[in-house]
Amino acid sequence: MATKTRKAVPGAAKRPAARKVPVKPRRVLLLVATRKGAWLLHGDAARRSWRVDGPHFLGHIVNHLVLDPRDGRTLLAATKTGHLGPTVFQSTDRGRTWKEAARPPAFAKAADGKGRVVDHTFWLTPGPASEPGVWYAGTSPQGLFRSDDGGVTWSPFSHINDDPKYIEWMGSVQDGTPDGPKLHSIIIDPRDPKHMYFGMSGGGVHESVDGGKTFAPLVDGMQVVEGFDPAVITFHDPHCVRLCPSQPDRLYQQNHCGIYRLDRPSRTWVHIGQSMPKKVGDVGFTMVVHPRDADTAWVLPMDGQTVWPRTSPGGRPAVYVTRNAGKTWQRLDAGLPMEQAWWTIKRQAMTADARDPVGLYFGTTSGELWMSRDEGQRWTCIARHLPEIYAVEAAELA
Amino acid sequence: MKVLIPSPLRPYTQRSWVEAEGSTLGAVLDDLDRQFPGIRFRMVNEQEALRPHVRFFVKGEALFRLSEPLQPTDELLIVQALSGG
Repeated sequence: MATKTRKAVPGAAKRPAARKVPVKPRRVLLLVATRKGAWLLHGDAARRSWRVDGPHFLGHIVNHLVLDPRDGRTLLAATKTGHLGPTVFQSTDRGRTWKEAARPPAFAKAADGKGRVVDHTFWLTPGPASEPGVWYAGTSPQGLFRSDDGGVTWSPFSHINDDPKYIEWMGSVQDGTPDGPKLHSIIIDPRDPKHMYFGMSGGGVHESVDGGKTFAPLVDGMQVVEGFDPAVITFHDPHCVRLCPSQPDRLYQQNHCGIYRLDRPSRTWVHIGQSMPKKVGDVGFTMVVHPRDADTAWVLPMDGQTVWPRTSPGGRPAVYVTRNAGKTWQRLDAGLPMEQAWWTIKRQAMTADARDPVGLYFGTTSGELWMSRDEGQRWTCIARHLPEIYAVEAAELA
Repeated sequence: MKVLIPSPLRPYTQRSWVEAEGSTLGAVLDDLDRQFPGIRFRMVNEQEALRPHVRFFVKGEALFRLSEPLQPTDELLIVQALSGG
């Protein structure tokens, strides 16, 4: 179907000169995980042409593909096939060769054999620079795992996988998303590796200040579905949580019930999505933060009315940006289809690079990969006809 | 005994028929994992249950438990169900 696209608003692409920072020429590597394989897109210095490397793992369900920023060459891929058990693959040569984990994430064996079973590894987070080889993984159903050897062997991490209270908060499979409840958004405070966060869909946002020995809920201010009690942790459904690298005391969150910001040490999330246009609403999956400006963040709303179509509202996709920490939002749709575009993006499928101006990237459920070289003012489709895109990561290569 | 490997698991074995030893289904799968690390976890979960859609047959009979006894002369057929798009 032919679709019209919007034009950029003249002058709208200009950003304050004060944000200009000197950066070495670097190239962006896009890591695209899909329902049927993974692709690597190598950008040129201008981010205008992209060399496609793939498919990797053709036919495998790849939920997340992440480059280790500590060495710039180790990749981990969270995969499974339609009917085989889940696993993790590691590449130490940026995808030329792959080796399967010797011990993928798996729950502890229960004495009665009725313990939980990992359906798939959903989220991968590299550990801090001070802990080379450390990775964290979140699974479906909700589980938290850690590797100390670069993703070769994985073990349950912290108390939460078997804690009766956490098991209660995770709810049953029936409480989760159609593709299973998930532990996601594993965040390590760049200033202190013992300070960690994660989110659970469902099951709320949680924080540890002791290196994962203990976690506690961090849900004050977050709304839940009408008629339910927000005091019950199970009912909270954060979709994506991001920490601002330029201001690690600030978190943004796209939740099932809106967009939120949290400025620590406060423990109360502020519902900043209330200033989104009412016709669009503030429901979505993804949340992207600016690498250098903690007042700037992007979302891509979806239709959360009635039966939750989870498509672009009105068939007119748009990114929304705030430049003032959520007080106001502006629509960014130049270059995007103006009508009859019914896709959306999943929680891991939108990201930013660290260039100036920041490049934004998102992958759609219809297999298109879009980018903006100017922080969302103008969008370009750089790949089509991929399988349903689950995750997009932008890595910076020297 | 001879074991037929389904195509989704052949990246581990590089061939369709392999040899494995064991007096039970579980023991044969253990031997397969010794030869082809990682293959067992794709078929058996961490609670020691056979994963859905992976089926095991000997002499036309389906096996549902890791404790099922096997003979050295048996041929074990591992079948991978495929469905959906």
